[in-house]
Amino acid sequence: MTNNPDKKTVSDSRNTVTPTLAIDHLSVSIDKKQIVADMSLNVTVGQWTCIIGPNGAGKSTFLKALAGILKSEGSLKVDGNDLRGFSEKDRACWIGYVAQDPVFPRGMRVFDYVMLGRTAHLNLLASETSMDTAMTELVLRDLDLIDFSHRDVASLSGGERQRVAIARALAQASPFILLDEPTTALDVGHQQEVLELIDRLRAERKIAVISTMHDLTVSGMYTDHLVLMSQGRSTVSGSPQEVLTSENIKAHYKVDVDIIDNAGFPMVLPRRNAQ
Amino acid sequence: MHTATATRISRKTWVLSAVAVCVTLIVGVCIGAVAIPPGDVIAEIGNHIPFTHHSTQPSLNSTIIWQLRLPRVILALVVGSMLATAGCSYQGTFRNPLADPYLLGVSAGAGLGATVAIVSQHSVAHWVLPIASFAGALIAVALTYSLGRSALVGRSSTALVLAGVAVANLLTAIQTLVQQRNAEKIREVYAWVLGRLNTAGWGDVRLVTPYIAICLIVLLRYRRVLDIFAVGDEEALTLGLPVNQARAAVIIAASLGTAAAVSVTGLIGFVGIIVPHILRLIVGNSYRVLMPLSLIFGGVFLVLADVIARTALAPQEIPIGVVTALIGAPFFLYILGSRRSADLT
Repeated sequence: MTNNPDKKTVSDSRNTVTPTLAIDHLSVSIDKKQIVADMSLNVTVGQWTCIIGPNGAGKSTFLKALAGILKSEGSLKVDGNDLRGFSEKDRACWIGYVAQDPVFPRGMRVFDYVMLGRTAHLNLLASETSMDTAMTELVLRDLDLIDFSHRDVASLSGGERQRVAIARALAQASPFILLDEPTTALDVGHQQEVLELIDRLRAERKIAVISTMHDLTVSGMYTDHLVLMSQGRSTVSGSPQEVLTSENIKAHYKVDVDIIDNAGFPMVLPRRNAQ
Repeated sequence: MHTATATRISRKTWVLSAVAVCVTLIVGVCIGAVAIPPGDVIAEIGNHIPFTHHSTQPSLNSTIIWQLRLPRVILALVVGSMLATAGCSYQGTFRNPLADPYLLGVSAGAGLGATVAIVSQHSVAHWVLPIASFAGALIAVALTYSLGRSALVGRSSTALVLAGVAVANLLTAIQTLVQQRNAEKIREVYAWVLGRLNTAGWGDVRLVTPYIAICLIVLLRYRRVLDIFAVGDEEALTLGLPVNQARAAVIIAASLGTAAAVSVTGLIGFVGIIVPHILRLIVGNSYRVLMPLSLIFGGVFLVLADVIARTALAPQEIPIGVVTALIGAPFFLYILGSRRSADLT
């Protein structure tokens, strides 16, 4: 219970010391096959770190290990404590997770779905208090979802679903949020809407965001820190300008690209080889 | 529904439920070989405190009400509540709208457990039956769950039901074999295979009510947790739910309750699927609403089914298990058909 960031002593320290997620030589194996190897990364609140890399590089597996879904080896510490020693409840108080393809159960109302985020703050057999419903309502208002409260989550469109899923992670009120491909299923308009939302929340709420993303240009526009994963390993990491170079992309994606400077952001433009 | 609130049971629904229970109780006591006017029933019940009903000169109606009808109606109420709540609990933990104690083989397992207990002793101590049933029930649910997950194609909920049918058949076959080898006990055993409420006296009610009450209280407390299961194990885990521990607790409580019910009434199928499903159509899929209402209307349903069992072919009685199967099997097929394309995953 001392690991719960909601507890007074810890939350006091949160005001002075910024909580850090320290990942050191983290490896993940599934069926004895190593999927993620030697990943090291430090994340502080207020930062947006983005994991990029070709398909099968182990990006989702890495996030699942951070979320506690998959077992991992190596060091995974939050404020000096090993996350894997935490109870499910305590871990969820630190780390929120939005899956790549979240489950939206038919017949579940948006309000109830978002309120599931309060699970981490409730004892197993307790019911939600008026504070939990108030928190849920606040998040729904903040994300302009309040008029959707009564809607069936299964009936929402792609963009609405993504916002509802993020709302649930916010109701969980954990300082670290993992987003697995938050924009894959969205058109360019909704993609931007969701990314702007994440960016605003990270700044306003002092949340650390770790996301995976496919679109290289977009990942460079929104995030502070890029990690290029390839074959389970972190190959290059740093600012978008450092990571998004045609050499790096050629080496790991096996494709020729031009990098164009777009108002300070590197824009990745695939080049079609003449047949 | 215009304000932003969590799903909960409205006051209107609570009142309707209370009325339904009262009316059902009175109907259940009134109807039978001797019709008793509702006024007499209410007066009679008003005059008594349960379990201290040895008045000096009991009237005929009084005897019928207290010795025959009321214990039977109460037993149906308790068992129906348990079966419907257990069905609802299995549906939540397995994320499968077709789960039911009967279809998962839990009832058959409990039946086998009790049969073994009956034949292996000269006179079975009363309290042994629920425990033997419980052991059988747990073995059955474990078998069904592991078969449904591994042998058959991953996520389809029909796979679980198919596994349940196979397990139920296997256990029933073993039970029949055990029964055959012990012909002298055959009558005692046979009464249950079809499900019965007719030998019910206060003794049966007293035997199972404590088990069932505890299980129902535990299961009701898990109703919020059942809603978390709906998002799948991985997401539930990241929300802070100790998934395996919670699932085990729900399955054990639901199986223990089912076993207790089966140990006195025998195999009564489909209550756990009919009642929650009708409720889903009316109040939606949230277990925090479904669980209490399944408890209430499971009881109501079984009392009414028992009235049909007593009256349809009067003076003969139809076994209650036959009545619920006659209503339930077509209903099950209907759900299977209507859900096939929608959300059977």
